[in-house]
Amino acid sequence: MSAAARLLLTAVSLLVLVAVWQVAALWVASPLLPGPPAVLAAMVRATETGALPTNIAITLGRVAASFLIAMAVGSAIGIALGRSVALNELFGPWVVVLLNLPALVVIILCYVWFGLTEAAAITAVAINKIPNVAVTMREGAAALSRDLDEMAKVYRLPWSRALRHVTLPQLVPFFAASARSGLALTWKIVLVVELLGRSNGVGFELQTAFQLFDVATILAYALAFTAVVQLIEVGLLQPWERRANRWRR
Amino acid sequence: MSAIAIDIGEKRYPARAGAPARDIFRAFRLDIASGEFLVLLGASGLGKTTLLNIVAGLDREYRGTVRFDAGGGAGAVAPRIAYAFQNPRLLPWRTVLENVALPLPPGEESRRRALAMLEEVGLAELAPAYPERLSLGQQRRVALARAFVIEPEVLLMDEPFVSLDEVGAARLRDLLRRLLAGRPATVLFVTHDSREAVELASRIVVLEGTPARIAHDIGLHLSREERAAPGRLEELRRALAGAAG
Repeated sequence: MSAAARLLLTAVSLLVLVAVWQVAALWVASPLLPGPPAVLAAMVRATETGALPTNIAITLGRVAASFLIAMAVGSAIGIALGRSVALNELFGPWVVVLLNLPALVVIILCYVWFGLTEAAAITAVAINKIPNVAVTMREGAAALSRDLDEMAKVYRLPWSRALRHVTLPQLVPFFAASARSGLALTWKIVLVVELLGRSNGVGFELQTAFQLFDVATILAYALAFTAVVQLIEVGLLQPWERRANRWRR
Repeated sequence: MSAIAIDIGEKRYPARAGAPARDIFRAFRLDIASGEFLVLLGASGLGKTTLLNIVAGLDREYRGTVRFDAGGGAGAVAPRIAYAFQNPRLLPWRTVLENVALPLPPGEESRRRALAMLEEVGLAELAPAYPERLSLGQQRRVALARAFVIEPEVLLMDEPFVSLDEVGAARLRDLLRRLLAGRPATVLFVTHDSREAVELASRIVVLEGTPARIAHDIGLHLSREERAAPGRLEELRRALAGAAG
C-alpha cells in the first residue's frame, strides 16, 4: 500500500470514530458526554484565553526534562549492567524492585520528601521511567559485538571514540525502543504528577475541569495534548530513527 | 635481532559445558625477525588465532611473555599493531571512508590519508558507501586499507583472504605485496592454505599437535621471478605438504 493510500485510510478511520462519537453524544444527550462540536468550542475558548497553549507548553517542558533525565540515567545504568555480570548480579534486583514500584508511590514519596516543587515533580517522573530504560538498554549492552570490541582495542581507539563509533550505534535500536515507549509513559505520568502537586500544566487543568464536571474541557485538553505528542513522534522520533538506520540495506 | 619474541609457558582453555580442558601451548617459543613475513600454517583448531590474539594483546589469560623490539633501542615501547581479522569487522553504520579513518585521530588530515589509502587499494569511488553494500572482496580491501593506514610496525593477519574465489584471493595477495613494498612491516600471517603460504612467506612455520609445537620452520628466500614461476611454487608446496605429513 502506498503512503498516500495509508494516510487516507487512517483519516477515514478517524472520521468514523468522530461520527460514532457524535451519534453517541446525540443518543445520550447529556452534558456529561459532549459531542465533537462542543469539545471543539471548548478547545477554541481555551486557546483564545491562552490557557490551553500555555499549559500544554508547561507540561511539555516537564515531559522533556524528565524524559531526557530518564533516558540519560537509565541508559548509563543499563549499559553498565549489561556489560558487567558482577554489577548485574549486584544491582539487577534493585532494578526489578523499582520496575514494580507503583508510579503513584514514587510520586507521593517524592512530594513528601522533597516538597511540592518542580524538581520533585520531574524527579518523580524520571524515577518512574528509569528502570524501563535500564532494562531495555541492558539487553542491548549484553548483545554488543565482541568482534568490534576487539577491533577497537587493537586499533587503540580512545574510550570516547569507541563509545561514539562502536558502542552507541549498536544501541540505537534499543535506544529508539525505550524512547518510544518512554515518551508514552512519561507524558501519562506527568499528568498525574501535575494533578497531585502542581498549580499549572495540563494535569492541573484537568483536575479543575473534573471538579466542575466540565467534560468538554477535559476532552479538549486530552485531544489537544494527544495530537501534540503524536506530532513529536512523527516529526522528531521517526526522522531521527530513519537517519540512524540509513546504513541498513 | 627479533622484532617479536613470543614465549608462552602455558595457555589452556578451561573445561566448559561438557568440552574438556585443552592445552593449546606449553613451553612454546617463537622469535620473529624484523621485516619478516612469517606464515603460520596448520590445521584449524590448533591455536593459530589464539597466538595472534595473544600477540595483539586481546588474550591475556596465559602464562608467559610477548616482547616487542621496535629497533629503536627502547624495547618497552609497544609497536603500532594492525590486525586483519578473518571477518573484515567493519562498522556497518559508518561509511567506507570513516571506517578507514577510524584508527587515526579525528580531523581533515586523517580523512585525506584515509582517502589516499582507499585510492591505493582501488576503492576511492566507494568512499561514501556503507560497507554492507560492498562485496566480501571489497570489504576485505577496506579492512586492509584500515590496517595499513596506521603504517603498522606489526601486521597480524588471520586468514584474511578465506572464502574468496581463487582469482579474488590472488588479486588480494598481489595487493598485500604491493602495500608491504611501500610500508615494510613485520607480518604474522595465519592460514591453512599451503599455496597461499608459499606465495607470500619469507618464512613458514608449520604447527602440529595438541599442545601445538613447531613441526617445521622453513625459510623461503625466493626472488620475484621464482615466486612468479608456477612450477617452482608447486614443487615447494608439495615438499611442504609432504613434510607436514
